[in-house]
Amino acid sequence: MTPRDTFSLAWGSLAYQPGRTLLIALAMSIGVASVVVLTALGEGARRYVLDQFASLGTGLLIVIPGRAETSGGAPGVLSGQTSRDLTLADADAVARLRDVARVAPLNVGVAQVSRGGLSREAVLLGSTAGLLEIRHMHLIQGHYLPAGPNDQATPVCVLGERIRAELFGQANALGEWVRIGDRRFRVIGVLATQGQQMGFDSDETVAIPVAAAQQLFNTVSLFRILVEARGRDAVAAVKEDLLALLKVRHENDADVTVITQDAVLATFDRIFTALTLAVSGIAAISLGVAGVLIMNVMLVSVAQRRSEIGLLKALGATAAQVRGLFLAEAGLIAALGAAVGLLLGLAASFVLGRLYPVLPITPPPWAMAAAVTTALVAALLFAWLPARKAARLDAAQALARR
Amino acid sequence: MIELDSVTRSFQVGDQWVRALRGVSVTIATGEFVSIMGPSGSGKSTLLNLLGLLDRPDSGLYRIDGLDVTALTEAEAARVRREKIGFVFQFFHLVPRLSAADNVALPMMLAGVQPAERRERVVRLLADVGLTQRASHLPAQLSGGQLQRVAIARAMSMNPSLLLADEPTGNLDRSTGREVLALLEELNRRGTTLIVVTHDQEIGARAGRRIAMEDGHVVADSCPSGARP
Ligand SMILES: Nc1ncnc2c1ncn2[C@@H]1O[C@H](COP(=O)(O)OP(=O)(O)OP(=O)(O)O)[C@@H](O)[C@H]1O
Ligand SMILES: [Mg+2]
Repeated sequence: MTPRDTFSLAWGSLAYQPGRTLLIALAMSIGVASVVVLTALGEGARRYVLDQFASLGTGLLIVIPGRAETSGGAPGVLSGQTSRDLTLADADAVARLRDVARVAPLNVGVAQVSRGGLSREAVLLGSTAGLLEIRHMHLIQGHYLPAGPNDQATPVCVLGERIRAELFGQANALGEWVRIGDRRFRVIGVLATQGQQMGFDSDETVAIPVAAAQQLFNTVSLFRILVEARGRDAVAAVKEDLLALLKVRHENDADVTVITQDAVLATFDRIFTALTLAVSGIAAISLGVAGVLIMNVMLVSVAQRRSEIGLLKALGATAAQVRGLFLAEAGLIAALGAAVGLLLGLAASFVLGRLYPVLPITPPPWAMAAAVTTALVAALLFAWLPARKAARLDAAQALARR
Repeated sequence: MIELDSVTRSFQVGDQWVRALRGVSVTIATGEFVSIMGPSGSGKSTLLNLLGLLDRPDSGLYRIDGLDVTALTEAEAARVRREKIGFVFQFFHLVPRLSAADNVALPMMLAGVQPAERRERVVRLLADVGLTQRASHLPAQLSGGQLQRVAIARAMSMNPSLLLADEPTGNLDRSTGREVLALLEELNRRGTTLIVVTHDQEIGARAGRRIAMEDGHVVADSCPSGARP
């Protein structure tokens, strides 16, 4: 029997019971569609996060006090225990390294900011002029922290847009004084609103010179040093130079960790890929369920078509041909369901993409291929048992009508 | 040439063994018209199934044209059925979703005959049984006699040398039954060996050779040598 004849016979029997066929195909298509949509969402989330990172600059290196533990994570952040502090002098030394474009030492804390009767809590960033460019922020008024020696605690501040709005409303803020903690600072600039970026909202921040922040928080150690290399290619070399320099400066103790954008990106990439796989794996279970449905329906079908199967054998069909016929039926249903499922999945992804324009939702081709393959394989696997049953049917008995 | 030698076949029903054939030996020459008669349960259908390779004997020998067919694999037996044996059943057994023409073409499809040749042969086969007008009809649209004629056309589609019919007129009225039998006799005249199981005395009497069965034995054979001219 030619494959074409096998499929046309199989198709004939599927078309003879359209309700049954459509039901199974529907189950298959739901499975395929959910795999497609969920991977599209997962991929969208992954690309969204990666884009966010990329917008922070690809030449970014972050120096964190403390050695990287084998357990990973960001050392010194959770434990707070570091062997030696990062200092402003370290930051100055880093700034003199080759291929370093900008450096921004950073202290972070929370402080009460007030003007007249108005008061509110804000995230206080102690840093230098470099931070503006390193974090890709923009001003709408005035200018940013003054360039100049890092250890100068000039009493000036730059307000995030929301802080400005709450403290000043319609009034002019530039040149006015605000109170932060127990000191007074003059407003020299206002940041353009930028919204949430990597869980950090620059609208809610107030920036002051790092030396002033260290006085406020009564500390000499830095939280981070942000370093921008001249281009992405320089990152690796700068990282090595950084580590070497700080080791020398810290009495030959390699007690800092340098995180590069690439490493963070790679980590997020891995996490999101794993999540996407896990979610689509769960969706693939529904394909297994559809497979079980196929098995049940085909078992019933084999029982109902005993005399037809017996007849085929009497007419000279081999067991393999009978098995092939039933597998072809399962394969055709699965292919039909997968095709419909793909269309459904693409349509749903398109609609979701319209609803959430920030997420780049497009189903990845590998996921579509995997969904279709899984559907076909599941259908054939689960159809194997009924097909084998049909192939082994005793023709004489099936034709006897006892 | 068909040779059966001391063939037995038993079936287990519950914890009982039903001995359907208790040592049957027959030799049937090519081109014979044989009727098999006997009371219900005497083993007629069991014998026919063995002859058609739908079943295998528990013991004994079965040779077709000198070839021992009891030792064939499942696929080899299917091939012999396809190429040498045609079946006609009491309940017609047409595939309900296929037209008369497609039912007739089914054995050729299984044998891998090309569509163009299939169509050509189907036209001739349907013409032979007088159903040219009904080629595109579904089984549900045909009468009993027409169904059986489609089944006969199907049985002949691979031009078998052996035609086995188990009560082919059992579901037909007398006159339709006669027409169907006349058709089978015509095929036999063209050279096909014809073996018909029947309860109908008239049909049995028309056969050139009459075999009577009882309780798994051949109890009478009008021409035991099998050497009919
Ligand atoms: N597959 C089977 N399983 C169990 N018993 C069977 C089977 N096939 C046949 N038999 C038994 O073997 C005996 C012979 O059956 P068979 O069908 O050959 O009789 P028959 O002569 O064709 O009868 P009828 O004229 O009623 O068709 C019967 O007792 C029947 O019950
Ligand atoms: Mg019988």
